[in-house]
Amino acid sequence: MTELKLPSIDYAALAPILIMLGAALVGVLVEAFVPRRRRNAVQLALALVAVLAALTMVILHADDRLLTAGQAIAVDGPTLFLQGSILILAAMALLLIGERSVERGGAFVAHAAVTAESLDDRRQAEGVSGTTEVYPLTTFAIGGMLIFVAANDLLTMFIALEVFSLPLYLLCALARRRRLLSQEAAMKYFMLGAYASAFFLFGVALIYGFTSGIPGRVAGVDFATVHAAVTDSPASPVLLFAGMALLAIGLLFKAAAAPFHVWTPDVYQGAPTPVTGFMAACTKVAAFGALLRVFHVAFSGAAWDFTPVLGAVAVLTMLVGAVLAVTQTDIKRLLAYSSIANAGYLLVGVLAPSKDGLSGTMFYLVAYGFSVLAAFAVVTLVRDADGEATHLSRWAGLGRRSPFFAAIFTFILLAFAGIPLTSGFTSKFAVFAPALDADQAWLVIAGVLTSMVLAFPYLRVVVMMWLSEPGDATPTVTVPGALTSAALVIGVLATLVLGVAPAPLLDLANGAAEFVR
Amino acid sequence: MSNFPFLSVLTVAPLVGALIVALLPRRRPELAKQVAFGWSLLVLALSVIMWITFQANGDRFQFRESYPWIPNWGVNFTFATDGIALVMLMLIAVLVPLVILASWHDAESSKRSVPVYFALLLILECTMIGVFAAADVFLFYVFFEVMLVPMYFLIGSYGGHQRQYAAVKFFLYSLVGGLFMLAAVIGLWVVGGKTFDWQALSQVDISTGTERWLFLGFFLAFAIKAPFFPFHTWLPDAGGAAPAGAAALLVGVLDKVGTFGILRYCLPLFPEASKWFAPWALALGLIGIIYAALLAVGQNDLKRLVSYTSIAHFGFIGVGIFAFTTQAGTGAVLYMLNHGLATGLLFLVVGMLIARRGSALISDFGGAGKLVPLLAGVLFFAGLASLALPGTAPFISEFLVLIGTFTTNKPVAVIATVGIILAAAYVLWMIQRTTQGTLNPALTESDGMRRDLSLREKVVVAPLIALIVLLGFYPKPVTDVINPAVRATMQDVGRTDPAPTVGSVQEAAK
Repeated sequence: MTELKLPSIDYAALAPILIMLGAALVGVLVEAFVPRRRRNAVQLALALVAVLAALTMVILHADDRLLTAGQAIAVDGPTLFLQGSILILAAMALLLIGERSVERGGAFVAHAAVTAESLDDRRQAEGVSGTTEVYPLTTFAIGGMLIFVAANDLLTMFIALEVFSLPLYLLCALARRRRLLSQEAAMKYFMLGAYASAFFLFGVALIYGFTSGIPGRVAGVDFATVHAAVTDSPASPVLLFAGMALLAIGLLFKAAAAPFHVWTPDVYQGAPTPVTGFMAACTKVAAFGALLRVFHVAFSGAAWDFTPVLGAVAVLTMLVGAVLAVTQTDIKRLLAYSSIANAGYLLVGVLAPSKDGLSGTMFYLVAYGFSVLAAFAVVTLVRDADGEATHLSRWAGLGRRSPFFAAIFTFILLAFAGIPLTSGFTSKFAVFAPALDADQAWLVIAGVLTSMVLAFPYLRVVVMMWLSEPGDATPTVTVPGALTSAALVIGVLATLVLGVAPAPLLDLANGAAEFVR
Repeated sequence: MSNFPFLSVLTVAPLVGALIVALLPRRRPELAKQVAFGWSLLVLALSVIMWITFQANGDRFQFRESYPWIPNWGVNFTFATDGIALVMLMLIAVLVPLVILASWHDAESSKRSVPVYFALLLILECTMIGVFAAADVFLFYVFFEVMLVPMYFLIGSYGGHQRQYAAVKFFLYSLVGGLFMLAAVIGLWVVGGKTFDWQALSQVDISTGTERWLFLGFFLAFAIKAPFFPFHTWLPDAGGAAPAGAAALLVGVLDKVGTFGILRYCLPLFPEASKWFAPWALALGLIGIIYAALLAVGQNDLKRLVSYTSIAHFGFIGVGIFAFTTQAGTGAVLYMLNHGLATGLLFLVVGMLIARRGSALISDFGGAGKLVPLLAGVLFFAGLASLALPGTAPFISEFLVLIGTFTTNKPVAVIATVGIILAAAYVLWMIQRTTQGTLNPALTESDGMRRDLSLREKVVVAPLIALIVLLGFYPKPVTDVINPAVRATMQDVGRTDPAPTVGSVQEAAK
């Protein structure tokens, strides 16, 4: 019997993950010991400090390229880049989550267990201070995402998936208003998410079975073993293909790619808007980080086999997102379908098996994250007495009532539409160019065609805001508190800067675009 | 003086002006107008200096500047101009101050901010100058797309009837073309060795199949922009809904980006594909000439009518470009300039009429010449210029296009000539129904129709009339600048002009 050896652990390299998970635990204690009226400030400060500390550690270790914790965690360029992106975007999301001046008591419900639409529920909607558990939950989710993009074996990846998914399910259920919609969203997300996780786990098992087919090698699910098995296993590839397909289902679910996207509009609509922004930005980064690692590191040997299938998924995703976005009448659902379409564009980048493709995808993730968070920040501001006014007809004439915010939102929509001098254009270029270079012209053409379709719903919102006359139902824009303003300013500035001068971030992404196997 | 960075300064200057105008308080519209007008005159002055500095017999591209932008993708801020672009830059610089002057009261009729209207006009000028001055394909694409935004808001916020519909249609049509071009731009970048520099790309050999696809991507964008039949349906809507000043810029300059793009990008970068597709492009041009002219005859809306006449003229320009002779090419470029002047004038005058009457329908006029003789006279002149009467500038360009085409492709030239007859029909009939005949009694009741041209309006139309007449009799200064650039473009395509056959000359002499 072989002796069990403790794996060596590079704590410094793992510091960002440890900081976030530690902060989450401290946050739980804060819930127990800090008086209620101070909790919000303490929790928000704790979460922000933790994110900044983790970010500092990421920056300090920016040159690390190593495997640690018994090959379970890879700290390499993409990991650090994506961890940094997740942390920055999460900080913005936390600012939105912590906002208390836009709505009395914040965007979150005080007692989630109260029956929806009951008297108690209506009372608590009127300004009882919202629950502060959202901070530890968010921090846990961030910690899970940090592991997810760094995981170097499929089991670690699965655990990370659960660590960041479970808090998200809960967060979705915590909207202050429209409780039923929020609970429905959480339920839907949870049920479908559980299925997706099960698929993923089953895929892990099949891949394990596949790797055991190599004579003279130990079976395993770390990426080096899988890669070796894919390149020179004599075994029949049935297990490999089935396993890859199941893994892809689990990951594409999180990435909101068609046909695994059906949860997205409902969840985006029902979840509290700051959480929606958090999901649209950070979950996307995490999911695509994992997709990149799985398909570029573990299964790169089978690229010929999965590229057409994933390509078809990408085309379908772009089509579904773009076409269905046209018919939407709710701004959050519209942004949800736009996020689905963007998942398609990101897949185009994933399918360009080159350094440029990798760095382009990472660039896209960051650029999109900033824009989408800014977009949802605006959504939190457009409101009336009953909370956010998300129906598009209510946005008519907003440009007349609140020209400043309408202008900001127009700018973001133009970015989504890919007009030059916004990050939307540079990021599209960053993924389409490597794809064309890799002879995937059909993906680029599909991307271009769907961009045209997608421009229409964006334009419709612009028309609504500027060219329609304001009606009685046009809500006003609440003056944002300092936190939302900060998030909004960061998001809009990033969208502009990455559109006008993308070179520094591209350099950073290029320098980071190399996996350690 | 030739080391002065003319092109980048010209591009940035209107933007700076736009910022200043936009930041002026909304309560002081007069100040905003004056600043915008003064600023556009500055740009004009600078352009004139550039025109004088330009050496017609010098290098093909002059005033070249290049600054790195996104080194990862090989994108540079590269500006350079040849004779063709120079002429267009001049046209912009001339038209914008006149449009600002002509639009003096346009923005007040809407409830929107007046300074913003003039700021948008200046932003539009910035993007228009940029698109003609760019010598980097990426930079060109950026300006090409960004140009849509100010125009969209000009039409959508300050336009007339059906402005929302027209603005969205305009934006979507252009965006569709632009996105096809984006795919082609990326494709060109990949096959061209990851550079966007025009001069480097024009040296690249591309395989036949790829070249045809890339050509199509660019051509589609330009054909929508120009617009050529059958991509033209947005123009009558946009031109009909836009405020007259913006419409003059839209048809006078913005649409020239399409024909300019074909000359600068399609022909030199994809010469073989250009030749292969030339019959199709000629066919589109011919259909455009006849079809749009017929539609123009049937219009009852003045601005839509002028828009349709433009589509017919763009047909001529297209024929001139794809005839592949220096004469026809020079004619096409000259046509781009003259059409900008003539149609710009026509749009502005029509705008003045509409502002007085409060209606764009021809049937609401009739006998207007009795009330406003001067205005009617200018309209008559603009109409004659538009139908290319000899003595006006458009005649020369139309004539050059036709004889240039005749030397290589007689049937095309013959069919195109029919367009001249139709042009006479739509222009003269329009004039007859608006300014001639018995006086429409409703006209006497509207206050506006009692005022003939004001001093401001005279200042607007006088330079355009002078230029049209001047270039009609003495186009040499312009042709001298255009000719070398067109000849170089034709060499890129690999076509030389057919040598005049001695026999025919002798026969003619007998």
